[in-house]
Amino acid sequence: MQLAFYITSAIAVIATVMVITNHNLIHALLYLVVSFLAVAVVFYLLGAPFVAALEVIIYAGAIVVLIIFVIMMLNLKEEAVAQERQWLSRGIITGPALLSLVLLAELIYIIVGAQVAPSDAQIVDSKAVGMSLYGPYVIGVELSGILLMAGIVGAYHLGRQKKKIVHRFLEEEAS
Amino acid sequence: MTELLWIVPALPFLGAIILIILGTKLSRIAASFVGAGSVGLSALLVILIGLNYAPAAGPFRQVLWQWIDVAGLSPAFGFHLDSLSLVFIFVITFVGFLIHVYSTEFMAEDEGFARFFAYLNLFVASMLILVLADNLVLMYLGWEGVGLCSYLLIGFWYEEKKNGDAARKAFIVTRVGDTAMAIGLFMLFDIFGTLIINDILEQAPQLWSVGSQTAMVVALLLLGGAVGKSAQLPLQTWLPDAMAGPSPVSALIHAATMVTAGVYLIARMHVIFELSPTAQLCVGIIGALTLLIAGFSALTQFDLKRVLAYSTISQIGYMFLALGVGAWSAAIFHFMIHAFFKALLFLGAGAVIMVLHHEHDMFKMGGLRNKLPVIYWTFLIGSASLAALPFITAGFYSKDSILWLSFAGEKGNIWFFLAGLTGAFVTSIYTFRMVFVTFFGEAKTAVGHHTGARITIPLVILAVLSLVGGFIELPHTLGHLELFSDFLKPVLPAVAVDPSATTGMEWTIQGITMVLSLVGIFIAYHYYVRKPEQASQLKSSLAGLHRFWFMGWGFDNLYDSVLVKPYVFLATVNKNDIVDKFYSLIVYTTELLHRIFARSQGGILRWYIMSMVIGAILILTLGLLL
Amino acid sequence: MDQVPTEAGLILAGVLFTLGLISVLIRRNIIFMLISVEIMLNAAGLAFVVAGAKWSQADGQVMFIFILTMAAAEVSVGLALILQIYHQLKTLDSDAANKMKG
Repeated sequence: MQLAFYITSAIAVIATVMVITNHNLIHALLYLVVSFLAVAVVFYLLGAPFVAALEVIIYAGAIVVLIIFVIMMLNLKEEAVAQERQWLSRGIITGPALLSLVLLAELIYIIVGAQVAPSDAQIVDSKAVGMSLYGPYVIGVELSGILLMAGIVGAYHLGRQKKKIVHRFLEEEAS
Repeated sequence: MTELLWIVPALPFLGAIILIILGTKLSRIAASFVGAGSVGLSALLVILIGLNYAPAAGPFRQVLWQWIDVAGLSPAFGFHLDSLSLVFIFVITFVGFLIHVYSTEFMAEDEGFARFFAYLNLFVASMLILVLADNLVLMYLGWEGVGLCSYLLIGFWYEEKKNGDAARKAFIVTRVGDTAMAIGLFMLFDIFGTLIINDILEQAPQLWSVGSQTAMVVALLLLGGAVGKSAQLPLQTWLPDAMAGPSPVSALIHAATMVTAGVYLIARMHVIFELSPTAQLCVGIIGALTLLIAGFSALTQFDLKRVLAYSTISQIGYMFLALGVGAWSAAIFHFMIHAFFKALLFLGAGAVIMVLHHEHDMFKMGGLRNKLPVIYWTFLIGSASLAALPFITAGFYSKDSILWLSFAGEKGNIWFFLAGLTGAFVTSIYTFRMVFVTFFGEAKTAVGHHTGARITIPLVILAVLSLVGGFIELPHTLGHLELFSDFLKPVLPAVAVDPSATTGMEWTIQGITMVLSLVGIFIAYHYYVRKPEQASQLKSSLAGLHRFWFMGWGFDNLYDSVLVKPYVFLATVNKNDIVDKFYSLIVYTTELLHRIFARSQGGILRWYIMSMVIGAILILTLGLLL
Repeated sequence: MDQVPTEAGLILAGVLFTLGLISVLIRRNIIFMLISVEIMLNAAGLAFVVAGAKWSQADGQVMFIFILTMAAAEVSVGLALILQIYHQLKTLDSDAANKMKG
């Protein structure tokens, strides 16, 4: 069990590293799916089968698909990869990477340093999650609903294309 | 009938509002009817109220509404009618009405016709509020209201810079006095907790003994206000310049009514002045000095209206002299008579100036006696009244009573009397100098056009009043009639006459006055009709003195070098305000910081995220270290 | 049953979060930045689930669901914004959108 956890962890980390170093968007997204699937396995191992399923369906499914749709709409060509390669120079990477590694070191220090009692993890099934969601967290559920509503309206509003101006004088003026 | 008192100031105010709102749309005839008619109706109402008013019944108080109510200060919009205010509102509305009628012809050609009547009506309304107010706050409202109208009317022909300057001068100089008065009001409120005039007058004698220091300070502060408004020493310099306004304005505001507001104030608050003999003595001294200084200045002027302006200062000096010796009713009597004859003189002078195409220099007039008979005769009557020609003129009776009381009154002394006597002598010289130079001799300027009925009728009415107005108060020696002082007795106590003064002394003094008046007229006749060359000889031999008097005893120069020049100097030095430097530093620092922080807003998204990460690292590190 | 150590789970979450952070910092392409934010959100959710598993409570999973909801909304709005930016500026360079710089 522990072994399984470490293997999936390693897969998740490697897949994520591939995501952040890849120059091709589609390839990066494929690694991202792998990373999400690995995290789903970790969830399962942690005794949370419900969220493992959600991770697969929504993260690996819906969100990545949505991003792919947008990439298709943008109709990116080969130049995009070259552009990406040019943008991702070594000089740019080092500073932020160092900073982030400091942050990571601090996080690990905190986590390891904390005295954690040995846990008696049990499987928390979807029923318990559902009871909790619609029990003490019902306000949160409603707020999420409002958030999604706002997201839909916002996405519709922002994603709408402006009508082309037909008149040539006005077009000159607009440009 | 007295219940209609509130309509008296309301009518001119309404007239002013109508003229301000509809001014440009009304025809001149309509504007004249609104302007003169509203004051005329007020005058009619005042006469009706006056006929129904019995002095014995005590004052009539009418509270319209609560005006302000904050922290114990609760002045009402209330009116107080007693014999003193009745005399004032009668003069204001009646003389005011005559001047309005006169103005309809005098201003007929002027572009700002409706504006003129709007200001004039507003002035009458403010002046009525001033004298009718039952509390000092409301009185102050009227006090400032008349100041504002005076400013607006002096600068009525604002296209010329000097008129605007004169208006500002008048406004600023009177403001000095007004500030003193305001401080006086604060002190009164602090002491009495009320500003209702009657309450103050009732409580003051219980609170203060005679000669109290506080009473003296309050009285002197009030005197400061009165001195500013009434153009007395040392704030008299604005009045001669105020002649820049149209002649009816000079007649109404700067002769008959507004400048006597100071007399009203002192008479109204006479209880406080009686409690402080020092302050009252100051009133007398100021009056005596002013009447002399202004009288001598009037001797040397050549502008017809400036002669009258100095004469006005001098005559108000007489009123202050009377107030100073406690001759309250004599001062008010002289105020009324002065309003008649000085309004008459100003209106006559205005008419002369108008027919001579705005010629102000009286040495360029001359010989108008036959060409303008009505104006000549009325002007002569007014001058006779001003020079106190014995027996027939009202001015004789009013001035005589002041002179007699300044000698024989309990608070009078020989110096006051001598000053008054000298003043009377000078008055008759300069008055008839003016008459002889203007109307006698040979004509130097052609007469333009003749005046109509709307100018002559007010002149005649005022001339009649200047003659017969004096017969309501006759001295002991000549009939002994005391209608006027009896009328005022409920408000103003009678003057206490020194018991040692005898009827023989009164005869003597009257005799001296009469002789001096006649001698003065003769001197003027001698120098300006018989031997004009002697006058110019005298002038050149005393050129320095002449010049000094002509400049109004150098007060303008004094104030210019003591106050105006240093102030202008400071203003120039401090043009870039030193205090501003401090604030500029704040502005500079803010701008610097703005520039520094604006650079961090580079529009690069990653940089923002980076700063967030740095912040997170700092916080975590601090958390770990501490 | 040998348990997954809590520390290890949290460290995994930390590593994934840091990788996402590095990616956000080094990328100029906004689509990559969006993907990186998704990685970071996922890592945060992972931390919640690990903590929830430690106490055998449902709360951690509930929090993950909320994060999931937020991520979905964020992606939809973010993608719409990316579309707009691409139409306006004809590029995916996030540095090009700097008209509001100080």
